[in-house]
Amino acid sequence: MRLSKKIYGLQYHNDILESSVDSDILSSSKKNDLNFENWGLIEESEYFANKVKLFRQDQLNADEFRRFRLQNGAYGSRLNSDFSMIRIKVPGGDITPEQMEKIANLAESFSIGSAHVSTRQNIQLHWVQLEDVSEVVRGLAEGGLTSREACGNTIRNVMCSHFAGVCSNEPFDTTIYAKAVAKFFLRNPMCQNLPRKFKFNFACCSEHGLVRIADVGLVPAIQDGIRGFRIYLGGGLGAASFIGHLLEEFTPESRLLSTCMSTIRVYDRLGNRENPARNRMRYLVNEMGWIKFQALLLKERDIVEATTSIPTKNVFESTLKIENNGNSLSSLSGNKKTTTTTTLPLINSENIQTAYERWLNTNVIAQKQSGYYGVSITLGAGDITSNQLRVLAESIREFSEERKARTTPQQNFFIRYIKSESIPKLFAKLSSIGLGNPGANTIVSPVGCSGTTSCNLAITNSHRLAKEIQSKFLELNYDMDQDLRTSTIKISGCPNSCGQHEVATVGFYGGAARLGNSMAPIYTMLFAGSTGENGELGKVVMRVPAKRIIDVVLKIIECYKEEKNDNETMHDWISKISVGRGNGKIQNLEDIKKILAPVIKLPSFSENPDSYKDYGSDSNFIAKTARGECAA
Amino acid sequence: MCCLNDLELQKIKNNDESFDKLKKNSDSKGNNNNSINKISTTLNLLCDVDTLRSLIKENKVRVVDVRKKDDYLKGHVPTAVCLPLAELLSDDSPESIINILNNLGISDNTPVVVYDDTFGALASRVAWSFKFVGHKDVSLLEVTYSGWKNLGLEIEQKSNSFDKSSHSLNMDYSIYADASYVENANNDKKKVIIDSRERLNFLSEHIPNSKNIPYTMIRSEDSILRKPSELKRFLENRGIDFNSEIITYCGSVGTLSGLVFFALKAAGVPNVKLYPKSFKEWKSLGKAKIEFKDANYWDLSAE
Repeated sequence: MRLSKKIYGLQYHNDILESSVDSDILSSSKKNDLNFENWGLIEESEYFANKVKLFRQDQLNADEFRRFRLQNGAYGSRLNSDFSMIRIKVPGGDITPEQMEKIANLAESFSIGSAHVSTRQNIQLHWVQLEDVSEVVRGLAEGGLTSREACGNTIRNVMCSHFAGVCSNEPFDTTIYAKAVAKFFLRNPMCQNLPRKFKFNFACCSEHGLVRIADVGLVPAIQDGIRGFRIYLGGGLGAASFIGHLLEEFTPESRLLSTCMSTIRVYDRLGNRENPARNRMRYLVNEMGWIKFQALLLKERDIVEATTSIPTKNVFESTLKIENNGNSLSSLSGNKKTTTTTTLPLINSENIQTAYERWLNTNVIAQKQSGYYGVSITLGAGDITSNQLRVLAESIREFSEERKARTTPQQNFFIRYIKSESIPKLFAKLSSIGLGNPGANTIVSPVGCSGTTSCNLAITNSHRLAKEIQSKFLELNYDMDQDLRTSTIKISGCPNSCGQHEVATVGFYGGAARLGNSMAPIYTMLFAGSTGENGELGKVVMRVPAKRIIDVVLKIIECYKEEKNDNETMHDWISKISVGRGNGKIQNLEDIKKILAPVIKLPSFSENPDSYKDYGSDSNFIAKTARGECAA
Repeated sequence: MCCLNDLELQKIKNNDESFDKLKKNSDSKGNNNNSINKISTTLNLLCDVDTLRSLIKENKVRVVDVRKKDDYLKGHVPTAVCLPLAELLSDDSPESIINILNNLGISDNTPVVVYDDTFGALASRVAWSFKFVGHKDVSLLEVTYSGWKNLGLEIEQKSNSFDKSSHSLNMDYSIYADASYVENANNDKKKVIIDSRERLNFLSEHIPNSKNIPYTMIRSEDSILRKPSELKRFLENRGIDFNSEIITYCGSVGTLSGLVFFALKAAGVPNVKLYPKSFKEWKSLGKAKIEFKDANYWDLSAE
């Protein structure tokens, strides 16, 4: 039957797609196969509503229901199972203004009137009543979005560098590959019940990406004129973190699918399903040893390549083709710059006067496409109101020739393809609604996971702490300090690393400690973590009570200013002393610990009870957590 | 007669079945007499723009603008009278409400359409008060004043007043709840208490056993209330039995819960009550409340 259709030429392509999904395992997503921007399935709404009813009527046991709920992207809210956090997947971080408006409406109707950009480029809606989750799922599907497999033991949101397509150093745009991988594995039976969650991260170049801390991290490369990747496996952050291993020098594009499939198959088969604390793939790699894992994987890939049906392969490859053809900005992309260094109009960082110039200094970068700029929207720990989302959507339609935006792992939005003459107008519009803050991606905008604002696992209010630091540092004009710009602060409310504290210049993760006779929120501080292809994990320095963190960071900055060599940034200096190579009074971590020791001291409880309380709380601190649901 | 034809037409266009059921037809015989007091039209809970314009043209309706007097003077829907919500709330005894009706020239049979510029919540509180004292034919305009203006519809600036009327007092306690009634309903499985405030307020503190339907949930982009089929689905999702009695409350004076009162009516719940004194009174009486302090959810707000 397929052969007969071949004679119809163009028709053939679509038909084989349809006939393949009919007989293939991917049937659940067949309706959307020809529209790759549509991730939703409207019938999943009713399905969810029915499951909630069954659960409420005690016809579905709690464990079964939890698994179903997580598979569909609804995470139980902190110590209150009547509410959920809905994690909306944004594959590749790519989102349209219409989708932003949809999310704005859903946040207003069913959540708290704000949405939250996560460090994995998702957009999260908090405190949604369990009975309304189906309505959110419905609304998302109407906007071509889904929360399916955003939680649970599945392939989570496939990340892609927000610079992909505009980065001066990229060999090619990886966005389409990220989306093709996301599309292929979404609702795919082969990854509906993995030992644990599984994360992909695509970089645009060796600098921009979180490729060493993902299960599968991919850096684009071209060899002998062929597109391909350097693929890193088995990285990840958590209570025990690992840096990923390079599979082989070069994996050609043609082997991308088989490499991904074989990795998932090996992990699905051999991953630890017994011990929830050790069931991520990085533990499997670590326990087996990289050499053995690598050999097993390459062997598995041969099997996968020999046995994958052509229709299945076509499902993946046709996504790439259609995506490639649909790239409306391909003509712009051809207009490539020859130099990699670009200066912006109007920028003179030595003499930053106006709010506009200050913003320009940190939030606007030149694209590789001559005459186009990318603009970061600074949020506070990823929070954005419905009204702000609507104005942002309008701005994108008005000023971005791409008419889309990206979510970023720094919990911001990034909008691209802005002409230089539009930048002042864009700034005026953004600042009219509080979206014109400077300091995106700098030390001024710390990353903060949701912490005790909504997460069951959190011990501290990392979210509020990140915002406190942001307002303090903006007040101190630290965004204008060129030495501090490249440094980052990332904060998690527990050791589980959603705030990616291990890849920050200065990272913190929350805990609790008894100080004297009282409990206090306390953070473990880490130094010199970094992202990118050469990314390294931070080193633990010391523990700092929550209410002393701002002073501690200020003290570190003061030390750096005293010690720094000519052009040394704070990130460089901190990296240097972390490996004991300081060349002033502070040579290593022990030296700085001595200097910080008096700063971390709290007054006695009776003297200042407030310093024993967490941010955002007026009652005494108690470390309260519930069972995590990642492993459910 | 033309307005009725419009209404019929609207009905045919409307595919939403349950909405059709709701749109009770006007008296098909109509009345050509221009005197507003003699017609017998029954309005729907929600009055659409076209219907109101026809009724205004035919002088068959009393339009009530519940915004502040200053806003009213800047422009309002043609023929509208001014009744700021604050004026009604300053004394919302039944006698005072009857007095207001009489001053606005509203008699027992006058169809009334109420609007505001606050997503329908203020209008709802006024409309509910009229119902409470026995005025049966009251309806909410489906759009706010801004919505009306954005549609490019006619507005006027002159202050309107009408001859005093004489409205009878016929209290409808079936739509009213006070604190002790709510307290008794608390443990009654056939009664459902609905908190209409926003989610974070609800999480902070609420009446025990109440369920949260925030007022933000029930409006659509172009109407103060969603389609009845949607509202119905929200209730079904929550496992609320349509035959149970539902009591709505909000923060202080029954505006947000007034809107939810009408939403529930629109969804097809026959027995809905409003607790107009709401949570403010409940707290001042020292009644039991549920507080949730295990999470710092207020810090999520990007406001």
